[in-house]
Amino acid sequence: MAVYWRDLGRQRHRFDDLKTVMACASPRRSGDELAGIAADSDERRVAARMVLADLPLKAFLNETLIPYETDEVTRLIVDRHDSVAFRPVAHMTVGQFRDWLLSYQADTATLSALAPGLTPEMVAAASKLMRNIDLVGVAAKCSVVTRFRTTVGLPGRLSSRLQPNHPTDDPAGIAASTLDGLLYGVGDAVIGINPATDNVPACIKLLEMLDAVRTRFDIPVQSCVLAHVTTSIQAIERGAPVDLVFQSIAGTEKANRGFGVSLSLLAEAQEAAKSLKRGTIGDNVMYFETGQGSALSADAHFGVDQQTVETRAYAVARAFDPFLVNTVVGFIGPEYLFDAKQITRAGLEDHFCAKLMGVPMGCDVCYTNHAEADQDDMDVLMTMLATAGVNFIIAVPGADDVMLNYQSLSYHDVLGLRHLLKRPPAPEFEAWLDKAGWLDEQRRLPPWPDHSLVVQALLGSAAA
Amino acid sequence: MSDEQQKDSGPKDPWARFRSATRARIGLGRAGDGMPTTALLEFQLAHARARDAVHSAADFDRLAEDLAPLQTLRVHSAAPDRLTYLRRPDLGRQLDVASVERLASHPAAGGDWDLLFVIADGLSAAAVQVNAAPLVHACHERLFGWRIGPVVLAEQARVALGDGVAAALGARLLVLLVGERPGLSAAESLGAYLTWDAKPGRADSERNCISNIHADGLPIGAAADKLCWLANEAARLKLTGVSLKEDAPSLPGPGNDSKKQTPDLIENA
Repeated sequence: MAVYWRDLGRQRHRFDDLKTVMACASPRRSGDELAGIAADSDERRVAARMVLADLPLKAFLNETLIPYETDEVTRLIVDRHDSVAFRPVAHMTVGQFRDWLLSYQADTATLSALAPGLTPEMVAAASKLMRNIDLVGVAAKCSVVTRFRTTVGLPGRLSSRLQPNHPTDDPAGIAASTLDGLLYGVGDAVIGINPATDNVPACIKLLEMLDAVRTRFDIPVQSCVLAHVTTSIQAIERGAPVDLVFQSIAGTEKANRGFGVSLSLLAEAQEAAKSLKRGTIGDNVMYFETGQGSALSADAHFGVDQQTVETRAYAVARAFDPFLVNTVVGFIGPEYLFDAKQITRAGLEDHFCAKLMGVPMGCDVCYTNHAEADQDDMDVLMTMLATAGVNFIIAVPGADDVMLNYQSLSYHDVLGLRHLLKRPPAPEFEAWLDKAGWLDEQRRLPPWPDHSLVVQALLGSAAA
Repeated sequence: MSDEQQKDSGPKDPWARFRSATRARIGLGRAGDGMPTTALLEFQLAHARARDAVHSAADFDRLAEDLAPLQTLRVHSAAPDRLTYLRRPDLGRQLDVASVERLASHPAAGGDWDLLFVIADGLSAAAVQVNAAPLVHACHERLFGWRIGPVVLAEQARVALGDGVAAALGARLLVLLVGERPGLSAAESLGAYLTWDAKPGRADSERNCISNIHADGLPIGAAADKLCWLANEAARLKLTGVSLKEDAPSLPGPGNDSKKQTPDLIENA
């Protein structure tokens, strides 16, 4: 195992191994401090970045951060590495790779072709040498398009998940939040419920309800009940209308075991969902959530910094051709991302790293009430992510999730970003809005009065 | 359709009939694409209250008065202040040195208690202030013949801190009440964790949890009923955790959405 160092003035900064370089090169982060692996000074942080900048990208193929023998995620990363795709950047150091990513030469087609040649560790390393605007600029050049009933991730578009959660899964309450969101034109990525009760009959009930809403209004959307993958498999076996299968995933085998999943179980779920052939224009059937800090909280990070472990989860995701992936960035809590500065940075890193790896990344732009953040901070992150071409964002009524007790974005925010940045929703969904007569002459979705036909049609039908 | 007809065909607020079904902020209206002023300020007020609940200190003197005539005993976690508490969950789970000594020399130590209440401020001072004492009193009324120790009041404390307290005082069943992470619609929500034979190192899967105890959630009386039912079952089976099933529908455990999955969230939520 190599030892790395950098002399700065009279100080020699020594790093015992590659994962120490990576941890010390990370921006200051409460989770890495909690794990006891963060740089203990700002100078040491920059020293680690200087070491990283001079390191050949190939070093990550030679030195695994978590052993191949004991971790199936490492085996997945190594075994699936595409050395032909990697060739154009194989000679570069991490610093050269960063500069190249920012260059005009690295355009959308080049980056798409490169994706299978990049490992999570390479991508995480490059992100540690980037400013926030670099993370935005490079991500904006990446394009990862997925299809089920809508097409998500097309250039110049912004999709959204409608999240109508209710603390007791009350059908009327969920319907109310769903209809409210539809009136804002939200939900073209997915209408996705976090169930309060994770059992098969309860999930089937919710799935049937969402499917009824979809078919009643003939909306080109897909639905998802974000239960455990084993619950969804059983629901499929019992004939439930499962569009997308959800699962939380993480970047190590042990952390995934904490979630009750393995790569083989995910493969089984993917096969089960594909067998239903419910997608009309594509068969991306998986929906994954990730988030920095999940491996540490499961005591399954093996001394690897939380951002790098998070990026390893994207290797898991891309093995299953997901329709949607999102980081829950500010949800996991201030012991991992302390304040708005850390949450913002992490959101941009997660999006950049995933996109570079060819993963269709979205984001739950969010925070908890014990983090040092508020809605103003979410405004900054959502605008940067939308500019970076994030595949989708999550929205709840009035930004307040009454079931999970945290704040995400409001339905208002989705519309505001779409109109401000001229990024319409998925084309199939936009066509539906158009056909329903909801768009004005500038193709905006205006605030329809309570007694207008648009509102009455939706709310009246729901009562029928 | 004329205005007159429209008025006849629907209620004034088309959301009125939906609002009773959910506390979600539906039908807020729009100012262009933005939130109308009233809705914006209501949101800010709710967020301010939630943050105040996280950052304000519980008034343990007043809580002790509210608990009278029950005897109380004060301890502190190894997290000296709120900032450290938020950053270092590990310290919030341990007693500080002075508390360890106080417990060891306390007359209640080794008291062979059937049950011990520990009240931890957790993430909501307001929850503890408003709901903890009434719940403890309500449980005392329901637990005839139980040897119940003094109520331990724990500052800057997380759930696992109770394990060390129960081990030091000698209690078969630990009931730890903790201020839950406040949401915008529930800043005073209390959680109750029951742990049989509590001692440092117990896993979350070895506890039973009652969540969402507050006036608009699970009210005190119902919470006390449920808690005492679980306490009796725990005493009968001599265990708590996943093997002690409630007859109520099962709530999500580890393995669900990541949004509820991490141990710290189980502890906070």
